[in-house]
Amino acid sequence: MADLNDLTRLSASELATKLSSGEVSSVEATQAHLDRIAAVDDKVHAFLHVSADALANAKRIDERRAAGESLGELAGVPVAVKDVLCTIDMPTTAGSKILEGWVPPYDATPVAKLRAAGLIPLGKTNMDEFAMGSSTEHSAYGPTHNPWDLDRIPGGSGGGSAAAVSAFEAPLALGSDTGGSIRQPASVTGSVGVKPTYGGVSRYGAIALASSLDQVGPVSRTVLDSALLHDVIGGWDPRDSTSLNEQWPSFAAAARAGAAAESLKGLRVGVIKQLDSPGFQAGVSQRFHEALQLLTDFGAEIVEVDAPHFEYAVEAYYLILPAEASSNLAKFDSVRFGLRVTPEGGGTVEDVMAATREAGFGDEVKRRIILGTYALSAGYYDAYYGSAQKVRTLIQRDFAAAFEKADVLVSPSAPTTAFKLGEKLEDPMAMYLNDVTTIPANLAGIPGMGLPMGLAPEDGLPTGFQIMAPARGDARLYEVGATLERLLEQQWGHTLPSQAPSLG
Amino acid sequence: MTDTNPGAITSEVVSHLASLARIALTTDEIEKLTGELGAIVNSVAKVSEVATDDVPATSHPIPLSNVFRADVPGVTLTTEQALAGAPEHDGSRFAVSAILGEEQ
Repeated sequence: MADLNDLTRLSASELATKLSSGEVSSVEATQAHLDRIAAVDDKVHAFLHVSADALANAKRIDERRAAGESLGELAGVPVAVKDVLCTIDMPTTAGSKILEGWVPPYDATPVAKLRAAGLIPLGKTNMDEFAMGSSTEHSAYGPTHNPWDLDRIPGGSGGGSAAAVSAFEAPLALGSDTGGSIRQPASVTGSVGVKPTYGGVSRYGAIALASSLDQVGPVSRTVLDSALLHDVIGGWDPRDSTSLNEQWPSFAAAARAGAAAESLKGLRVGVIKQLDSPGFQAGVSQRFHEALQLLTDFGAEIVEVDAPHFEYAVEAYYLILPAEASSNLAKFDSVRFGLRVTPEGGGTVEDVMAATREAGFGDEVKRRIILGTYALSAGYYDAYYGSAQKVRTLIQRDFAAAFEKADVLVSPSAPTTAFKLGEKLEDPMAMYLNDVTTIPANLAGIPGMGLPMGLAPEDGLPTGFQIMAPARGDARLYEVGATLERLLEQQWGHTLPSQAPSLG
Repeated sequence: MTDTNPGAITSEVVSHLASLARIALTTDEIEKLTGELGAIVNSVAKVSEVATDDVPATSHPIPLSNVFRADVPGVTLTTEQALAGAPEHDGSRFAVSAILGEEQ
């Protein structure tokens, strides 16, 4: 049974309050999470690496606080970091053998911002290799297990970050979302995750998968916690030329306003017809419609919106992503970092490169590099990559028309609850279709949030509610998300993550 | 490749793509990928149904233009840092095997 005094059961915001009042030290909070990792991570396998410096860093924050220094709201709170983000003090592998043991010479900007705000990196979380996957089964270091049912997938690619927060190994984590890698894991683990507006968070030091789609974002157990973390990591970075040079409102303030809202009167909630499919798992659709009813009862107006080109989104995505990935992954060439494998009898640098990439990349990475190379080949470029980019325009137009009628758009975060490990591994196209609900937001660059909407009646596993807003409208996600979270928790009488198996 | 379906994924096509991508795939991998890629390509080819001439392409979700920085030296990695993760180096340069094969 969970101990009510257990520091790992607190939200980041609750923990931050206890830290600033002096009731709890960062060393105590960090130790509690390290103990939890030691107790459960052999079953969950959320972490690829646990920091050896966490306690020393926590001690420094405690000392600075004791000296009267004014610290950020989350100072002293532990955080897990997806292994796609470069960390100067921890190996960074992106889940690949080709980068095994590699320690980067610099921190990714979101990591540097965490440190500057006094958060305590606990370690690096598992992921599908180079973020290619929806289950973490494509990690070269073995899959992560869903804390709700250890025989099931935690989602992907950021299954490690989602499992870490839902198994109470960390209150917060960083993820990256190229086609749903933050929101789909949140859905199947009963946690919260946000893909910010493209350009809202710097990608400097994030190992690139598909540069026109990738975005770094927060993972947590509550909407407010994601907002607090987003406030820390967001903002312009001159070292990422795609980062947006503009001022962002406080997302924590938006979440707090949403949690305190007395009505949703005047809010138009658009249900995307194409993402409310009869093909989705029955319990997912049921919880989704119950959540819509809750919003209606609280004053929101539900409108149906049509997005006819969403039916082409997965297909466009699986041309754009491999094309960009095949180019981004060319840097793993056995010369500057990572693995080098010399073929028997030696060979030219090109032979060494080919042998290294054969040995260092897993099946899914090879599959997508070859697909991307094909899509970019002379003669096929217009038919595939060119057409996919046109579909992207059509999807943006669908969103623009939908946002004329609605302030936010909603859907289930994923079509099903967590499936069994191994179930879809042999059928790449079936695996790709998991992302049907999340991919459109990446193609259009708009922000999306996933939050828990209850357990599916048929299997008792978490389901997720997705909210999308126009580009730069991230605050709206936190506001509406926090209201829905409060309404759901009032109905349940508890938070959803609190119902996860204790594992301990 | 056949005349009726010039985009067909054959094992020769996969083998050629693998050489372009610098991955020394095994024969078994080439066979497996040939089937898988054929299925994926057939599925994703659906994009051409709606990608008509009048639709402009979008390469970047949030358009930005003229992202410049001042033309001054920035903080960069030291030689030591840049070489720290290299499989082989001589202290100031990355070391690799022969660039050209014997036939060249």
